[in-house]
Amino acid sequence: MMLALEMFRSLPRTVAGKAVGRRLPGILSGYAAPLRLVTLDPPKVDRPGWARLRTRLSGICGSDLGALSGQTSLYFSAVVSLPFVPGHEVVAELVEDCEDLPAGTRVVVDPVLTCAARGVEPCEGCASGATNRCSRITVGHLSPGLQTGFCKDTGGGWGQQLAAHRSQLHPVPEGYSDEQAILIEPMACAVHTALRAGVRENDRVLVSGAGSVGLFATFALRRLTAAGEIVVVAKHAHQREFAQEFGATEVVAPGEVLRRVRRSTGAFQVQPEFSSPYLLGGVDVAVDAVGSSQSLETALQATRAGGRVVLSGMPAPADLSAAWFRELEVVGTYASARHEPLLSGPYAGRSAFDVATELVGHDAVARLAKSVAAYPLHRWREALDHAHSAGRLGTVKVAFDPRSSQ
Amino acid sequence: MTRPGFVLEVDDRTPPLVVHEGLGFRLESFPLGTRVVYPPESLPTVPDVEAAIRDALLHPEDSAPLPELLFAGMRLTIAFDDLSLPLPSMKAPDIRGRIIEQVLTLAAEAGVDDVEIVAANALHRRMTAAELRHIVGERVFRSFYPQGLLYNFDAEDRDNLAHLGTTDHGEDIEISKRAAESDLLVYVNVNLVAMDGGHKSVGIGLASYKSLRHHHNPKTMVQSRSFMDHKKSAMHHSAWRIGRVIKDHVKVFQIETTLDNDVFPKPFDFFQKREWEWGVRDQGSMLAAKRGLAVAPQKLRHKLFHDMRSAYGLTGISAGEVEAVHEKTLERVHRQQVVEVQGQSDVLVLGVPYLGPYNVNSSMNPILATCMGLGYYFNSYRHQPVVRRGGAVILYHPLNEGFNQLHHPSYVDFYEEVLAESTDPAVIGEKYEQQFAEDEWYRHLYRTSHAYHGVHPFYMWYWAAHAMDHVDEVIWVGADRKVAARLGFRAASTLADALEMASGTVGTSPSITYLHNPPQLLADVR
Repeated sequence: MMLALEMFRSLPRTVAGKAVGRRLPGILSGYAAPLRLVTLDPPKVDRPGWARLRTRLSGICGSDLGALSGQTSLYFSAVVSLPFVPGHEVVAELVEDCEDLPAGTRVVVDPVLTCAARGVEPCEGCASGATNRCSRITVGHLSPGLQTGFCKDTGGGWGQQLAAHRSQLHPVPEGYSDEQAILIEPMACAVHTALRAGVRENDRVLVSGAGSVGLFATFALRRLTAAGEIVVVAKHAHQREFAQEFGATEVVAPGEVLRRVRRSTGAFQVQPEFSSPYLLGGVDVAVDAVGSSQSLETALQATRAGGRVVLSGMPAPADLSAAWFRELEVVGTYASARHEPLLSGPYAGRSAFDVATELVGHDAVARLAKSVAAYPLHRWREALDHAHSAGRLGTVKVAFDPRSSQ
Repeated sequence: MTRPGFVLEVDDRTPPLVVHEGLGFRLESFPLGTRVVYPPESLPTVPDVEAAIRDALLHPEDSAPLPELLFAGMRLTIAFDDLSLPLPSMKAPDIRGRIIEQVLTLAAEAGVDDVEIVAANALHRRMTAAELRHIVGERVFRSFYPQGLLYNFDAEDRDNLAHLGTTDHGEDIEISKRAAESDLLVYVNVNLVAMDGGHKSVGIGLASYKSLRHHHNPKTMVQSRSFMDHKKSAMHHSAWRIGRVIKDHVKVFQIETTLDNDVFPKPFDFFQKREWEWGVRDQGSMLAAKRGLAVAPQKLRHKLFHDMRSAYGLTGISAGEVEAVHEKTLERVHRQQVVEVQGQSDVLVLGVPYLGPYNVNSSMNPILATCMGLGYYFNSYRHQPVVRRGGAVILYHPLNEGFNQLHHPSYVDFYEEVLAESTDPAVIGEKYEQQFAEDEWYRHLYRTSHAYHGVHPFYMWYWAAHAMDHVDEVIWVGADRKVAARLGFRAASTLADALEMASGTVGTSPSITYLHNPPQLLADVR
């Protein structure tokens, strides 16, 4: 038996979350979330290539918080299977041998449950290496679930044990701390984001948000692309510091974005009636790394005609007039791909996880890893409250350590 | 005979004194021994203004009478000082309108039909039609404005600028093409302070950024001792060099006017008097104004003050050759404003009122308040500053009146972005000035809306450069602490607190001088 946090079906809590979750996320996730601490049998998938893992550390992602506070779109309800143990940012050790990996190996998990993990013929996406675009995430030997942490059969990182397929496992290099290793999955997403951004040489880029998504996206953009100026929108002092360290040319407060972008790009600004201003002109590429209406609209308002807006955070409803009027390319970026065709130079032909593993070894990321706040499972309310207020409290990543009792 | 300005030493019998602070004022008890410098009372005014104007046009200084300079078929341009002068605006009719009417009458008699009238606003904001009408008068406005013959100068209209060459110091001279190519340029000025007029009128009022940048920069500003003394001001030296080159290309007929000190109309005329001379009526007015302002919302206070029009009297008018005219003007301005002050003090106290040259019908944002206090009032001296080098300046202003997005859009970026990085005029000038000056959006707003030019906040900051270089401590009483900190200054709640804060610089018993303005005064520090 093992301890785990389980997300379960609860109509009242989901409705409550939808009603007030945006205003009072902390209270909801702490006391009214459809989450409970339970004792379960460890998950086991009796198929070739699967093995059990013991969780060492598992991060709390923005998408987890969105699901718990009822803010996630019902669009995703068809690709999850309740009840499930959340946690898709996972560093764990193998409890048993898994093909070429011996028991005890420390690994990070690529959470996407692809055709290989489900034991079905590869779909078009998986066959081409675009595993994040897998079309078979509801079929095969597993219950529906787009990722580990959203599927009832595999368990997730918020439990003491989980199950994973060999195709999902990436050994952690010697010398990496667990806190560093836990950043590999979000960094892999950032690598994918940076490539999806389609940045050309000297393009001006805006990254709206300086939480972990925004900071890693900045880091990846600076290292993998020839971006010129990167302006990062940050609310808090520690975010500003990290953003600069991670490659931002300029860091601005949310209220200053349009002004700063307008001036640095020579754009014109207009003021619609009863609405916020927007630019005619602006950055070449904007990355929404928050997923709020405000952040997405800022990205849309600050991008030049014909530019690109990248949805890195899970998007919230927003006014898309700019996308139409300014002929913006709005592109999504989800998880990461086994094969990232746009990688070039020394990274060419490598997977996003592979590149991310290397990037996480950088000193700046190692410093950030030291600020990871870990909680035992029984202190989940505090952990979620902390994660909701991470920026204000000076934290970039909050995680669960299921091994710990305090 | 009017009473000259004088210096009062605060003693036991001195009542609390008025200190202006934005859209309000306070009554302050100054420490014993504080020197209070009062402006002189108003000089006698010209009894018949129309006759004085006519006389000046017909009997100019070092020039032929105006009628002799006018001829049929000529191209005549009349330029005039914009709404930055006088402060507050003059009750109608404005003296400029009365002069322009007479010039136009003479021009019509001479058969001149190619006339354009241009507001010499340089990089200031375009005036609205109503503001233009107020200055030139209804008749001139209706005759010229609809045809596009009365307009604001556009320093960014490249097609309508003329480069007249450079001075022997390499300073570009680029001014209004219409003015440069006219057979005669008549300039109509209002001299509120000794800084105005002379070669500053055409050389600055009708010039572009390319020309202005040579003297509106931190180095020149720091070397100007002071702006009110054109012989000791590096900015004026440059303007004079430029003016003399303009003189070689353009025939300029300068008309300069000087005003008395009647800046406060009823019911605020108690501000004109010395506090210990207030009668019962003055005290009642003061009390009513103070109480009323204390409870009035900001918007109402703003309207109350900005709707104020002054019943200035004309103390003199001179016309003709620029430098000869300006000498006469300075003599009258000095007679009206100069107060002799013996020696410098450790601390200079200044109240910053609601109005400066750049917030007419607008708000006094913190940068403009700085310019007003440390630029204009600090520089209201001759010979040497009122405060000693390394001393302290204590100013009164809330520093929180917000930025007017219509008039001062570049100020917001300057405040948020530039001052956040550095408050050193030289550093910010080097790094940011050109970016702001060449920003297309600011250019657009300057040309088509009513915005000050993108570079204007820099100029305001440079204006204070001499003061910032000269003193060690600048403290704002009653100011928003965060704003003061952004500007690189400190804030205090009371004068006593400010003096305590300054004690590290000037000691615990500093000598203090309070310049009791407005009305305007010029401290002649011996």
